[in-house]
Amino acid sequence: MSVRLYILQRATAAVMAPLLLLHLAVIFYASSRGLSAADLLGRTRGSLTWGSIYTVLVLAAGTHAAIGIRVIASEWTPLRGAALESLTWACLLLLVVLGLTAVAAVVLA
Amino acid sequence: MAEIAVSLWRGKADGRYQVYRVPQRDNQTVLDVVTWVQRYADPTLSYRFACRVGMCGSCAMTVNGRPRWTCRTHTAKVVVAGKLEIGPLANLPIIKDLACDLRPFFEKWQQAKAVFAPRLTREDAIERIIPTSAARLAVDAAIECINCAVCYAACDTVRWNADYLGPAALNRAWTLVNDVRDTGNRQRLTAVAGAGGCHACHSHQSCQQHCPNALNPTASIAGLKRRSMQAYLRGELE
Repeated sequence: MSVRLYILQRATAAVMAPLLLLHLAVIFYASSRGLSAADLLGRTRGSLTWGSIYTVLVLAAGTHAAIGIRVIASEWTPLRGAALESLTWACLLLLVVLGLTAVAAVVLA
Repeated sequence: MAEIAVSLWRGKADGRYQVYRVPQRDNQTVLDVVTWVQRYADPTLSYRFACRVGMCGSCAMTVNGRPRWTCRTHTAKVVVAGKLEIGPLANLPIIKDLACDLRPFFEKWQQAKAVFAPRLTREDAIERIIPTSAARLAVDAAIECINCAVCYAACDTVRWNADYLGPAALNRAWTLVNDVRDTGNRQRLTAVAGAGGCHACHSHQSCQQHCPNALNPTASIAGLKRRSMQAYLRGELE
């Protein structure tokens, strides 16, 4: 891992840490209050705040995971150079598309 | 007389362990055992040693699965149920029997720019170094490396990543980063900030666990991570 990827992975971890705690708090809150799916969607749809928070979380998680998978692949497989770059970008794209699709589903009306 | 059943690696990478029965003695080191086999059982056994007192770093081998300096490892400490297994160091090509090719190890010292780049010449006065300065204390903590390659053989990242510079080269680079007489930090920090550099370390701390001189290369590598990151953010890397 180069210093550039190292900084990117640490920075995304720093972004994720508070957002994941918030995410867990939301889960505990929703389950303890017995909120239904309709209740939750009623609060999240059209919310710029929830949409922004989870968009940032998805982008940070996708970047962080793609770099981690790149490191594992470089150590445990013969992948190098362009193949390793392609795998990294493919992981990033897949995770971000899946994540943003989920965010859109709960935020967009 | 009590004997030890010693399994010694014979041959190259495709070799095998061969058992020798060696007399067990008081105050006997693992290096004594290997030497006994060569002198009295099989003179074709190849191994490497020099000083026999823990200074030169030549005699490191794998003892019961762990890398150790054999001249300072007593058999009383490592013989289990009358048995001992001695092999060549891991993560290095085997030349023959217990002797490894250390060229990859030392070539990575060069790649890490772990070489002193002086500012003064022999014509200049000797520079005064304050022993209690933070930089000198950081050097002192890491300077006693004897180049034995035990840390290199113990390192998981070296095993997984052929490009990784390894704990010893990075530890040496860290001593030079903190040497106020040195001028090579721009090139050095650039060298250790690349793909096989300090950021590839997973901090498993096997180097620290196995270093016979109780050094902590993991801490040195952590220092390099911080210092090279700062240099990158300031745009100081090449």
